[in-house]
Amino acid sequence: MGFPVLSVLILLPLAGAAWILFSGSAENARWTALIVTLVELAIGIALWLGFDNSTAAFQYVENLPLFAPYFSWHLGIDGIALMLIVLSVFLMPLCILASWTSIQKRVPEYMAAFLLMETLMLGVFASLDLFLFYVFFEGGLIPMYLIIGIWGGARRIYASYKFFLYTLLGSVLMLLAMLYMVGVAGTTDIRALLTYDFDPAAQTWLWLAFFASFAVKMPMWPVHTWLPDAHVEAPTAGSVILAGVLLKLGGYGFVRFSLPMFPEGSAQFAPLIFTLSVVAVIYTSLVALVQTDMKKLIAYSSVAHMAFVTAGLFVFNTQGVEGGIVMMLSHGVISGALFLCVGVVYDRLHTREIARYGGLADNMPRYALFFLLFTMASVGLPATAGFVAEFLVLTGSYRTSAWLGAGMTMGIILGAAYMLWLYRRVIYGKLVHADAAAMPDLSMREAGILLAAAVPVLWMGIYPESFMKPLHAPVASILARVERAALLLPAVVPARAGPAR
Amino acid sequence: MNQTFASIQIAAPELVLTVGALFTLMLGVFRGDRSLVPLTWVCVLIFAIAGFAAVTGVPGLAFGGLYIADGFSVFLKVLILGAAAVSAVLALPYLATTETGRFEYPVLLVLSALGMCMMVSAHDMLSLYIGLELQSLAAYVLAAFHRNEAKSSEAGLKYFILGALASGILLYGISLVYGFAGTTDFAVLGDATRSTGIMFGLVFILAGLMFKVSAVPFHMWTPDVYEGAPTPVAAFFAAAPKAAAMGLLVRVCVEAFGGMTFDWRQIVTFVAIASMLLGAAGAIGQTNIKRLLAYSSIANVGFALIGLAAGTIAGITGVLFYMAVYLVMTLGSFLCVLQMRDADGRPVETLASLAGLSRSRKGLAAALAVFMFSLAGIPPLLGFWPKFAVFTAAIEAELYLLAVVGVVASVIGAYYYLRVIKAMYFDEPGPAFAASNSAVNAALIGIAALVCSPLGMLAIGPLAGAARDAATALF
Repeated sequence: MGFPVLSVLILLPLAGAAWILFSGSAENARWTALIVTLVELAIGIALWLGFDNSTAAFQYVENLPLFAPYFSWHLGIDGIALMLIVLSVFLMPLCILASWTSIQKRVPEYMAAFLLMETLMLGVFASLDLFLFYVFFEGGLIPMYLIIGIWGGARRIYASYKFFLYTLLGSVLMLLAMLYMVGVAGTTDIRALLTYDFDPAAQTWLWLAFFASFAVKMPMWPVHTWLPDAHVEAPTAGSVILAGVLLKLGGYGFVRFSLPMFPEGSAQFAPLIFTLSVVAVIYTSLVALVQTDMKKLIAYSSVAHMAFVTAGLFVFNTQGVEGGIVMMLSHGVISGALFLCVGVVYDRLHTREIARYGGLADNMPRYALFFLLFTMASVGLPATAGFVAEFLVLTGSYRTSAWLGAGMTMGIILGAAYMLWLYRRVIYGKLVHADAAAMPDLSMREAGILLAAAVPVLWMGIYPESFMKPLHAPVASILARVERAALLLPAVVPARAGPAR
Repeated sequence: MNQTFASIQIAAPELVLTVGALFTLMLGVFRGDRSLVPLTWVCVLIFAIAGFAAVTGVPGLAFGGLYIADGFSVFLKVLILGAAAVSAVLALPYLATTETGRFEYPVLLVLSALGMCMMVSAHDMLSLYIGLELQSLAAYVLAAFHRNEAKSSEAGLKYFILGALASGILLYGISLVYGFAGTTDFAVLGDATRSTGIMFGLVFILAGLMFKVSAVPFHMWTPDVYEGAPTPVAAFFAAAPKAAAMGLLVRVCVEAFGGMTFDWRQIVTFVAIASMLLGAAGAIGQTNIKRLLAYSSIANVGFALIGLAAGTIAGITGVLFYMAVYLVMTLGSFLCVLQMRDADGRPVETLASLAGLSRSRKGLAAALAVFMFSLAGIPPLLGFWPKFAVFTAAIEAELYLLAVVGVVASVIGAYYYLRVIKAMYFDEPGPAFAASNSAVNAALIGIAALVCSPLGMLAIGPLAGAARDAATALF
């Protein structure tokens, strides 16, 4: 075992949080948090550069039996986990910077909660022990509950309860399934469980229990209702982390657990996933169209985009699965950036009502430019990250079921409608509100944040291979694992997977 | 003669407590109430000596099979004595400020601890009853310790009447079992043939014991007594007697009625489900923190009973592990409640008075938040792991329904723990509490919070190992 780089990656923010809480002052807290997250970003990039893309094996593995006999401190990452870790450490400094002036209340606690959040998120992606994964997965509820409840908007208390209890109910069922798996397989090592063949009859229940957890986290229609509330009430940076990383936990769970551990279960329930995805894409897009709150609109668009992820992951072919993962990455950056854009105007006017804005292109041209880029990326314009992801998912779904492909395409059309209409109402038109007209353009700090977010959006759109290279080997190994069950799939799908409404 | 001597050696912890209780009683009578503080520390010393005697003692049967010292009893005795010692110390500031500073307090704790040690070492229905009664009598007096206050007297009286009823039911069950099996010895009972009469006896005995662990449907006294009794006494009730009664229940089920596992498992399963659900639902409407903690203890007993329902070594390990962690969490929570005093130093108990505590008393709020998240069973806090242990046992024993109800109840329960956190962290501050008046209590809160924090996970290995050794002694 070499240098425990993953342990350092996970524990450094924790140490930072402890230091912030002990030292106290707001200024100190901001700088400490920024420095820690930047160091984390550097470590993340170093991991990426040193990563061997040719193999699906887990790398940077560490194993310490600290918590025997229940579980052990067992870490390691493959390409999928690597890219999600890179996404997390990339978004973190942006969140800290976005909260620099907008958070004035209890700053040390706020920064500490964010660093704690980072520890737990990175832990989820780097865990190679089933229960260590669960600990990180579930532990993330605590800081997020506090972030929403303390620094959120008017209905923050309702939103924080809803977020906590909803996601907790999902995960405890997964816990029971995990206990059963460990009882049967006799190990908590994820690598061993990945190759263990569970009884197909048991897989049905196990798959459903995991689905309960991941579907809520994802979130999939119809259990998505916590998300708009949590998003609207959370502070800007909280929304960024929620959309950028926390929603990815569900998708990551599907890729890491549901697919390779329960191939038969996955094939059995693929039609369910497809139906829910198509419903989600169309229904939540329509709901997004009628929103009057900017954040709520973007929250619903997140649900629609997550439906692309679920559809892609369960079509059992390379394009679909890779597309689903790329969708997670691109959505992480794009929706994060969109929430940052909302945050910029919210900081000035303290309202998210779309009708209170309009005509911002006149007094905030630089803001309009960035907002345009991210809107287009969300719609899926070629040469942006969104296009690559949507194209791959659509190709993959069409190969499995034409109905599915058609249903998902509807989502793209509707997506263009609500995003462009949002943009038109906020940026174009006449400056009718005096207070909106008085808003200054982006400050250097805000422009820097949005510029940093714009770089990966364009990079991923123009040369996606940089981001997809680490994904090829692990995706191929997952597909090899589900191959035997994939035979069950075509017989079922065309008959049932229509855009049921 | 030799046999008596050997028996005395085996029962050394009880002997230490007996002599200690008499000694402190004498000391108190002669020196009066002003000796409360030194007397308390003498009692802590007695607890420590008794604990040392238990750990280093000789295992075996004593007094002709009435008494047993084994790994199981030693594990529980350490918990009981530790909790009793903490209960003695944490009461000092309260006793000094509320005109209840009488020397009997620590002496009663020693007597109660003696009864509890007897309970977990009972190997015969008669010694079981003696231990239980000794513990209960001391507890009745303690509940009414604030004798000038109507609420406290009411709590004592209520506890006494209901407790006496439960004791009667228990005794009736014992007599039935004796009538049909012809013995009160656990070892002989374990081999007795199953009959309807013994079944009836079993039901009555379980009803009596369920009262002592405050499991549904014998829980009604708990919220009232916790609310009425002085806070340090409520802390004591929530901790040590729960562990002792749970240990007793486990030993009766596994040793005395080991041949009737199928029968008592149904009862235990029902009681576990009822306790978890009612404990979780009943707490939702509470506005008094002590009543809330009472319902929390009911729910927690339900979770621990899952392990007993499994009836395996893993299950009993889960019960013991659960009780150990539960003691720390609940004592920590009550220590925090003791800190809730208004500017004049009078105790306040409403949930609303916690509003904004995270700004006026950062450390206290953080500690209470740790205890609440831990009681709710959210990883990575330590309180998650005992739940994990009992659920593992339930899944291994294929009690899937029980496990599913358990996790659903834990989600319902999470709601009211979150309410406490919401009051402390989300609400605007109200009038501030008085500053801490005891460095010892502050230190105890700190230690308990540290144990319940994620750092406590490092203790999983040794603690679960010890619990496993203790559970193995029963099989």
